[in-house]
Amino acid sequence: MLKYILKRLVMMIPVLIGVSFVVFTMMYFTPGDPARIILGESAKEHEVEAFRDELGLNDPFLLQYGNYLKNLTLKGDLGTSYSTGKPVTEEIVNRFPTTMLLAAMSILLAALIGIPVGIIAATKQYSVFDNVGTILSLVGVSMPNFWQGLVLIIIFSVMLGWLPASGFYGPLYWILPAITVGTSSAATIMRMTRSSMLEVIRQDYIRTARAKGQSEKKVIMKHALSNALIPVITVVGLSLGILLGGAVLTESVFSIPGLGKLMIDSIKQKNYPMVQGGVLFIAIIFCFINLAVDLLYAFVDPRIKSQYKSMRKTGKRAVKM
Amino acid sequence: MKKSFKGNSKLVKSSQSKEIAYRLWQNKAAMAGLLILLVYVFLAIFADHLAPYGFDDQDLSRRFIRPSAKYLFGTDNLGRDIFSRIIYGTRISLRVGLISVAISSSIGTLLGAIAGFYGKAVDNIIMRCVDVMLAIPSILLAISIAAALGPGLSNVMIAISIGSIPSFARIVRASVLTVKEQEFVEAARSIGASDLRIIVRHILPNCLATIIVQATLGVAGAILSTSGLSFIGLGISPPTPEWGSMLSAGRQYIRDHGYIVFFPGLAIMITIFALNLFGDGLRDALDPRLKT
Amino acid sequence: MEKLIEVKDLRIEFASGKKIVKAVNGVSFSLEKGKTIGLVGETGAGKTTTALGIMNLVPAPAGRIRGGEVLFKGEDLLTKTQQEMRQTRGNRISMIFQDPMTSLNPVFTVGDQIAEGLHLHTKLSALEATVKAQDMMERVGIPAARYNEYPHQFSGGMKQRVIIAIALACSPELLIADEPTTALDVTIQAQVLDMMRNIRNKLNTSMIMITHDLGVVKEICDQVAVMYAGQIIESGSLKQIYKNPQHPYTEGLFKSLPKINENTERLIPIKGIMPDPTNLPEGCSFASRCPIADKSCVNIRQLSKEIEKGHFIRCMKRS
Repeated sequence: MLKYILKRLVMMIPVLIGVSFVVFTMMYFTPGDPARIILGESAKEHEVEAFRDELGLNDPFLLQYGNYLKNLTLKGDLGTSYSTGKPVTEEIVNRFPTTMLLAAMSILLAALIGIPVGIIAATKQYSVFDNVGTILSLVGVSMPNFWQGLVLIIIFSVMLGWLPASGFYGPLYWILPAITVGTSSAATIMRMTRSSMLEVIRQDYIRTARAKGQSEKKVIMKHALSNALIPVITVVGLSLGILLGGAVLTESVFSIPGLGKLMIDSIKQKNYPMVQGGVLFIAIIFCFINLAVDLLYAFVDPRIKSQYKSMRKTGKRAVKM
Repeated sequence: MKKSFKGNSKLVKSSQSKEIAYRLWQNKAAMAGLLILLVYVFLAIFADHLAPYGFDDQDLSRRFIRPSAKYLFGTDNLGRDIFSRIIYGTRISLRVGLISVAISSSIGTLLGAIAGFYGKAVDNIIMRCVDVMLAIPSILLAISIAAALGPGLSNVMIAISIGSIPSFARIVRASVLTVKEQEFVEAARSIGASDLRIIVRHILPNCLATIIVQATLGVAGAILSTSGLSFIGLGISPPTPEWGSMLSAGRQYIRDHGYIVFFPGLAIMITIFALNLFGDGLRDALDPRLKT
Repeated sequence: MEKLIEVKDLRIEFASGKKIVKAVNGVSFSLEKGKTIGLVGETGAGKTTTALGIMNLVPAPAGRIRGGEVLFKGEDLLTKTQQEMRQTRGNRISMIFQDPMTSLNPVFTVGDQIAEGLHLHTKLSALEATVKAQDMMERVGIPAARYNEYPHQFSGGMKQRVIIAIALACSPELLIADEPTTALDVTIQAQVLDMMRNIRNKLNTSMIMITHDLGVVKEICDQVAVMYAGQIIESGSLKQIYKNPQHPYTEGLFKSLPKINENTERLIPIKGIMPDPTNLPEGCSFASRCPIADKSCVNIRQLSKEIEKGHFIRCMKRS
């Protein structure tokens, strides 16, 4: 198991280097001169030129990237934010907890709604509950979340005056953003739970459990659910990654000072190091979430656990998942 | 859809495509989705005749008029008729959706087919690049590319296309890997068919179901991303009546004039909803085994 | 002798789209304590559905029991609520399913799956249940040390032994075995069958053996009932059916079997296929394939008649 984790961590390195290269390249070719932006329109041309030298912007492309990568790997240094002059790493570390809190609440909300609704819909297939649930889930995945955020603000802040429309200062402020970010995940989780459950309910071992005289509730909650949730774990994990991306727009709707809003502001200010750092950081988190999901599999599915184990013995590569 | 299915493939017999069409026809939800989409296409084509006003007819004397018989969805901060702008907006959204999916699906299919068919080093190189792209959440990827390219309709299409190539490549590759092992491929090879011929004539037609479904859902994703990009000011800029930029422009007035943002968003939602309905139905019709 | 189970005129239907599949159409048979009956017939004859009917496990909402009685020691199981039925299932009546590969839950250990029934139906403590489950494993020929292993670590034959252990854990009075050896290799088949026979004799369990394999029936059964299109078309003692088959379908079944010790030139298959269960004929459902049928067979309902003591057939031509 430990060997598997190590292997996965090693395999992550080239992917992340690739991400850093892609992001660096994109930012390099983005129009606009950072030196000019930082110094402002009134700065003289020779001052800008000197500043470009200082920032290393006149170096060849590959040298710039090499320096970036060197600083990143050796010092964990992602550069300096053009707008605040603080290290990018520090800015990210300051902002990330807010985004993570939002994402965590959203995924919790999504799972708490999506899984039970999916189970009930599957056990009562074609019932009114199932049909309404299925349509609502489709509506849920079809709503652009920035629009949903605006509509929620109109209803709950403007019309009813119950909840604050912007900021992120306490539980009351968290409700609307969490609903906004969580809705589409709730819908995806519900759809996955439902279809996975329907698949499992048809299996022979469910009949075996019934033939043992097990109660219907236990058949569903113990025998069916333990199998049906395995693919749902992937969806939850994947959703968490997508949520981190989706939070970018939602944070800007609710003026939440998280990583997403920071990145959008940075894009507008052509604050390249900040954007590069932010994307890279989210990609790292994304990779770790995927790894965590794969490891979680081993705890719920004994077939996969023994695959990891046998890999340790033989040293062979596991079946690709 | 049916036609292309027939035209591209010798293996898929016409009776089979008839059966698929029949299954799709039987699926009420999918047909409802298709109907909505046809309405949108109709609106897009005849926008000039259907819209009561032009998309940029500014008139400050009629700002912020609530929805009424004269202005069905009300007017915005510049006195433009929102209903008309939404009708014109169908052109933008459908165009971006279809073109960017056409680009990403053809490049993605090409890469996926090459990776799946040749395997080994080629596969490794392509798929590692795909892994890199997939490690960035797609909306972030689109935002970064759009930021690099700058705003504008064609740049948005490029950004969204690039962003969705990896998932296409991955899905097509998986599909090619299974089809490749089948005996008719061996048979084609034994009569001396070239690689290109095997890929184009024998393997891809059998992956078509997967590609079509992914493309349908991809159009939905592309329309969502476009509006998202426009919403944060990286997409299509005013006065073009793009739904996302209408939301973005109307945002500051929601305190007093909520309807300004309500209708454009509703238009997006209904489009995506219809595409999802149709896409799900299509998947069930093309491969009944996958049906839940 | 006392009848353990008596099935009377059991009727089960499935809704398939707008059509109705008549899977079981008036099945009646009875079984004495300690005896084994073989339910024989080709795929789709309604054998498994009959068994699920006895267990009251016909998959709802598509399947419905439309009529009949299942008297278990005089009590009609069909009138019991699901709640009451649960006390019977796995406790007094158990069932072994056809496919051992898919009949075990992949995420629980085999030991826990065997002990589960004990927890449900006995007052044994957790430890006692574990010991009893391990004892069951030894009985069916699995080392008790494998208690904590998962189904994927077992071969097909071993899985089927686990399933048998699950079924027998609470010492049921009736065991329904649905093609218990069909999915196994031939060599394993014999072992499993042998083991089942031994345990049955030891526990004095009655058994309903569902199979399409006449060889299995001969090995293990006392009585035989031949099913065709949801009906029992011939039933009697093992001797009666094997020595003196009367129904043309039963005759056909025996003729289509290869015999090792006779010098058969060629096998005689039964021509045609079973009638569409959504559209069964008014009269004899075998008429379209029957060598001795005439027009009247198709239109007249065939009743079950006793042609010698305990030997029933549904054929107006032969009775």
